[in-house]
Amino acid sequence: MLILECPYCGVMADETDLHGGGEAHLKRFGPGSSDDDFETYLFHRKNPKGVHFERWRHVSGCGKWFHAARNTMTLEVYGTYSAQTTEPPKAIVNAVKKKHPEWEGWT
Amino acid sequence: MRRYSAFAIAREAARYHQGWERAWASPKPKKKYDVVIVGAGGHGLATAFYLGKNFGITNVAIIEKGWLGGGNTGRNTTIIRSNYLQDPSAAIYEKARSLYETMSQDLNYNVMFSPRGVMMLAQTEHEVRGYERTAHANALQGVKTEFISPQRVKELVPIMNINGPRYPVLGALWQARAGTARHDAVAWGYARACSDMGMDIIQKCEVTGVRQSGGKVTGIDTTQGQIDCDKLAMVVAGNAGHLAEMAGFRLPMESVALQALVSEPIKPCIDVVVMANTVHGYMSQSDKGELVIGGGTDGFNNYTQRGSFHHIEETVRALVETFPIISRLKMLRQWGGIVDVTGDRSPIIGKTPLGNCFINCGWGTGGFKSIPGSGWAMAETVAKGEPGSLAAEFGLNRFTEGRFIDESVAAGVAH
Repeated sequence: MLILECPYCGVMADETDLHGGGEAHLKRFGPGSSDDDFETYLFHRKNPKGVHFERWRHVSGCGKWFHAARNTMTLEVYGTYSAQTTEPPKAIVNAVKKKHPEWEGWT
Repeated sequence: MRRYSAFAIAREAARYHQGWERAWASPKPKKKYDVVIVGAGGHGLATAFYLGKNFGITNVAIIEKGWLGGGNTGRNTTIIRSNYLQDPSAAIYEKARSLYETMSQDLNYNVMFSPRGVMMLAQTEHEVRGYERTAHANALQGVKTEFISPQRVKELVPIMNINGPRYPVLGALWQARAGTARHDAVAWGYARACSDMGMDIIQKCEVTGVRQSGGKVTGIDTTQGQIDCDKLAMVVAGNAGHLAEMAGFRLPMESVALQALVSEPIKPCIDVVVMANTVHGYMSQSDKGELVIGGGTDGFNNYTQRGSFHHIEETVRALVETFPIISRLKMLRQWGGIVDVTGDRSPIIGKTPLGNCFINCGWGTGGFKSIPGSGWAMAETVAKGEPGSLAAEFGLNRFTEGRFIDESVAAGVAH
C-alpha cells in the first residue's frame, strides 16, 4: 500500500486515507488564452514512466492538498511537500537526483 | 498455412502429432516496411490483419517489446459487449461484437466466443433511469439490449442475492448477444493469420526512438536495430504516452493500473456475465470453472502492472454481498494491467501531429471487447490516411474542439 507523509499534519497516511489529484505544477490557462494552450492545460499530461510530481489530498485526515514526488515505475516515494509552490523544492529535487543521477530534472 | 479442422486433428492423431506447424513465424526485421505497427497486442494485430484483408497491404511489421499478447490482451476479464450510450461508441463496439461472432471462422482459429449474455445490475434509482435511457439509445442505434426486471435477473442468475440490505437489485440492462471470448486465442489467431499473409511479427523488440524529418516519420530505432517505414501506427495502450513523448507530442491521457483476479475452479454456477457497478465488482465463470473477477483502477499514475491491495478487498466485498455463496472461495491469482485513460473515457483513433504517424490508444478499461472493431477502423485510417466513418469522431482534435464522447458516466462503469 502506498503511504505518504502529510506535510501539514505529519501523519503517515495510507493510500485509503488519501485522494490522488493528478499531475502537479500545471501551468494554468484561462479565458483569452489560445485553444491549444487551453487544451494542453485541461487534458494533456506528462504521464511519465518514472519520476512524477503529483497532487494529493489528505481526505480522511486534515483535508489539505499537498504535493508528492513519486516514481511510477518502482512506486518509491521521494518525499512530500507543501502545495504552496509552483515547482518542486530543492530538497525534493536533490532527493530524486541522489537516487537517479541520470534523471533529467523537473521541467 | 495448414488449416485447422476436424480432419487435421484426425490426421495428426494418426501420426503422433508430429505435423503441426508453428502458428506464426519469428523473423528478423527487414530494413524497410510499408507500415510498421508498434504493439503486438490484440489491437495492433487486428490493425495488421485488416490492413491485409481489407486493403491488401501486407508489407507490414508488428513490433512488440515483450511477447505477443502479453500486455492487456492477456490480462483482461474477456468481456465483450456493446451497450454504450453515445452513438460513436455504440457503433464501434457493436462492429467489434459482430466481428467476434464470426472471428473463429474468419481466422480459422477457435477464439471460443461465447455469447452468453452480459447483465449490468441497476442497484439505485439513478442507475435504473440511466440504464433505461441506454436501452432506448441502443434501440435507436440498432444494438439489441433490454431493461429486465429483478425476477428475470434471479431466473438468469439463481445464485444472486437480489434483496441485499444495502443495494437491492432493481433491474438490469441485459444484452443477450454479448459475452466472452478466449483472450489469448484472439491475439494468437490474428498473429497466425497475419504471419500467413507474409507480415513480420517481431517480438522482444523495444522501440527506443522515432526517426523524423520534415514533420514526418521515417523510421524507428529499436533494440533490434533501425527499421524504416512509410507509415507508422502506434497501438500500445498503457505505454502510448511514453511512445508519443519519444515522437515529440503529448497525449490527453494517463496510465493507471487495473486489476483482475480469479478464484479456485468450481462447478458451473453462473452462465452469464454480471456487472454490478454501484458496488463495483463484475464476475463471470471461465470454462475451467474459475470465477473471473474484475477489480478497480488505482487513483494514481502507475506503470508497474500491479495494483493496490485494498481494491481487491473492495471488489471481493462487493461480490460476496451480491453472491453470498462465494464467500468461502479462495482466490487463486491476481494481476494488473496498465490502462490508458483519457479525459472522456473514450479511445483515440486517428492522425497525430506527424503526417504519416497514426495512433490508436486510450481504450482504458474497455480494450478487449473492441479489438476487431478498433483494428478495422485503425486499418482504414492507416491505409487511407484519413479516418473512416467508424473512427471519425475519435480523433485527437476532439479535445481542442470540445467534442467529447463522454462515456465516463454513460458506460456505467465505476472506474
